[in-house]
Amino acid sequence: MHFKRARVCDVYKRETILQKDHKMGTQKNSDSELIVKYAPETGEVAEEEFDMVVLSVGLEPSERQRRLASRLGIRLDPNGFIWTNSLRPLETSRPGIFIGGTASGPKDIPETVIQASGTAGKASQLLVEVRGTLTLEREFPPEKDVSEQEPRIGVFVCHCGTNIGSVVDVPATAQYAKSLPYVVYAEDNLYTCSQDTQDHIREMIAEYNLNRVVVASCSPRTHEPLFQQTLCEAGLNPHLFEMANIRDQCSWIHMNRPQDATEKARDLVRMAVAKVALVEPLAAASLDVTPSALVIGGGLAGMTAALSLAKQGFEVVLVERQKQLGGTLKDLRSIFAEPNVRAYLQQIKEHVQKHKNIALYTSTEVESVEGFVGNFESTLKTGSKEKMVKYGVIIVATGGNEHKPDEYLFGQDKRVITQLQLEDLLSCTEPLSGVKTLVMIQCVGSREQEHMYCSRVCCSTAVKNALKIKELSPEAEVYILYRDIRTYGFNEEYFQAARDKGVIFVRYEADNKPKVTNKGALKLTVHELLLDRELVLEPDLLVLSSRIDPDSGNEALAQMLKVPMNEDGFLLEAHVKLRPVEFATEGIFVAGLAHSPKSMAETIAQAEAAAAKACTIISKDKYKAEPTIAAVNEDLCDGCGICVPVCEYNALEIADRPGGKEEEKIVQINEAMCKGCGGCVAACPSGAMEQKGFKNEQMLAMIKASLVD
Amino acid sequence: MTFKPKIIVFCCNWCAYAGGDLAGISRYQIKPYFRVIRTMCSARVDPEWIMEAFRLGADGVMVAGCHPGDCHYIGGNYRTRRRIALLRCLLGQFGLNQERLGLAWISAGEAEKFATTMNDFIECITELGPSPYRKTTADTQSAGLAKEAADV
Repeated sequence: MHFKRARVCDVYKRETILQKDHKMGTQKNSDSELIVKYAPETGEVAEEEFDMVVLSVGLEPSERQRRLASRLGIRLDPNGFIWTNSLRPLETSRPGIFIGGTASGPKDIPETVIQASGTAGKASQLLVEVRGTLTLEREFPPEKDVSEQEPRIGVFVCHCGTNIGSVVDVPATAQYAKSLPYVVYAEDNLYTCSQDTQDHIREMIAEYNLNRVVVASCSPRTHEPLFQQTLCEAGLNPHLFEMANIRDQCSWIHMNRPQDATEKARDLVRMAVAKVALVEPLAAASLDVTPSALVIGGGLAGMTAALSLAKQGFEVVLVERQKQLGGTLKDLRSIFAEPNVRAYLQQIKEHVQKHKNIALYTSTEVESVEGFVGNFESTLKTGSKEKMVKYGVIIVATGGNEHKPDEYLFGQDKRVITQLQLEDLLSCTEPLSGVKTLVMIQCVGSREQEHMYCSRVCCSTAVKNALKIKELSPEAEVYILYRDIRTYGFNEEYFQAARDKGVIFVRYEADNKPKVTNKGALKLTVHELLLDRELVLEPDLLVLSSRIDPDSGNEALAQMLKVPMNEDGFLLEAHVKLRPVEFATEGIFVAGLAHSPKSMAETIAQAEAAAAKACTIISKDKYKAEPTIAAVNEDLCDGCGICVPVCEYNALEIADRPGGKEEEKIVQINEAMCKGCGGCVAACPSGAMEQKGFKNEQMLAMIKASLVD
Repeated sequence: MTFKPKIIVFCCNWCAYAGGDLAGISRYQIKPYFRVIRTMCSARVDPEWIMEAFRLGADGVMVAGCHPGDCHYIGGNYRTRRRIALLRCLLGQFGLNQERLGLAWISAGEAEKFATTMNDFIECITELGPSPYRKTTADTQSAGLAKEAADV
């Protein structure tokens, strides 16, 4: 893959006439080439042929959105996107109407998913008083005890209109089912999922005293829950049920082979019957939930999350290692949309300190975390005092910090400072007295060996501070030495403004970094690529845009919580796009810099999202575990421990065998944390481990039935 | 008479099986010589099951799961990959051609890949001929000569 910096001058088709028919005077066989004409950074304008040109187009708001905004009475921004305030990124101009996704500005999938969860949380905060008032509990008749009974299987084969019936001989399949072991009833239906047929199935269960049901129809991913509910309504455990997929994976893919499709349908029914004969009733464990949360970290993310949870009516324990709340936010003075970040910080601190649902512990560390989702317990240490707290969920908001550079004479010369130090300086009186030339260097410590990641916000920060400098001191010369300018989204407009105001942007390459010496005045040399010359500057102030480091305590915390870190030391979410605020370990969430470098708006949105997700657990009385989880045969398990590292969810632990001899070990399964993947079962060398609903004997019966009639 | 292979395909619920459903919804046409068994994760598939399937006369076995990095259960498919790789090495000792055991990563959206993978595998097994473990002589006779190359 080639990467070229250039300005595209033109893209055009060049026609070539390959052959001229002289007799007829016509053109035959003309060919065309796709040509891109471009002006590279250095060198001559060039033309090159390509087979394909792909245009990276941007996102724009739709006309429909304008009309919708007008109908809803919400403001649009000058670009036509739904307007939001940077410090309230999920709110429109009208209270009670929340916004997320690209409607409020171009953004990628993770940010969209985060905002979506965040808006749900904001809405939920308004509905605290009425939570649950419209919820209805479904009542089922008591479950029959079928444990002493032989299997009595009922098979229902579906025509699905003509979807199955036009290919598979459904009546013959139902007839065939009657011949299978333990099948005491079989019929075919036009639409097995219809309300009529559900009622009929319940009647047949009662009439024929069925204790197992097979439905041969569509995919279990379509209607399994529906049929399972019918079983509950008939007094049967919903797991005494199997489906044969004779539509999506049979009639629909073998449309022109009715004989083969029918033979396959018979096989699939036989397999389902073989398995269901061996299934047992299953119950999902229902665990108590402590309806409160622990938030680790009292910075912007931690405070936002704590307030969100508190407003939703939950008790929050907020733990901050330092004496003061605020984290990295304490060092910020302004952002593009908000000149007085200090005031904002003060405000949110007061809200947190005053809220009755928040128990705030500063100068405190979390010593230990025990337990699992819905049932955590921790020891907090403040000085020499210890306190035990119990809670249901954890939000990790441990933040990050500005790396102190070890290059460009930082730490050796007072005139070399970081962006955060610059911000401090700019808020003093006469901050720029004596500063005629100011140089900023971007990507310090970023995007290179060992720290390949981009710290996301430094380009915007540099441009913001450059604009402030130009405002305070218009004659000052400001240079920004960059590798790429990443003022993404609406910040691009500020980049343009900086250029208009005369800020000089000089690109440098990673393998030829600027050099700084200080024999007397500071002297900076950088290779100017366009002029192909060394540019020598004498900055009165050299500002380094240094990378954002994850908090130094992350490694210990990650071990304590058993959550993963990525290769850069930030905490790793369960899925980059689909689960951006949670860990694979249930009940633990993440927000802010602890996750990755981000802006204030992004931090706030992620904190709201983490709180919203946390609420889905603590807003319920009970936590329902998966029913199809691992189970151990205590007679066969010798505690070898091979299964433990296979589990992605830390649900397995080797412990002393209760009541056993010394050194006898056995595995213990945490039913709340097991997600039912079955990986440990296949790993177990002694056959002690099983997966409920997918036991070895059940699966082997299916395999046999698939091969042997 | 042409040989009709018996093939078992283990599909994980979240990706491969969903891909199979989508193939049906999209009406991709696939040769009918395979039977799908669903598990929640491809990591549930026990190598013992695969050997049992061959013992009972399966001509081919395929294990299909989520793409590496996309497993619904985070890293289950990494275990699957290692197990199948190892099992393949051992197949020769049982007199079976390694090609009879297949491994595929098919996401929930890859309807076409599901269809192509199944059709290709069926073709491959058809060419290999019936498994040396086919029970009845009638079976082996009607299926033609087996082209078994035991790589020990």
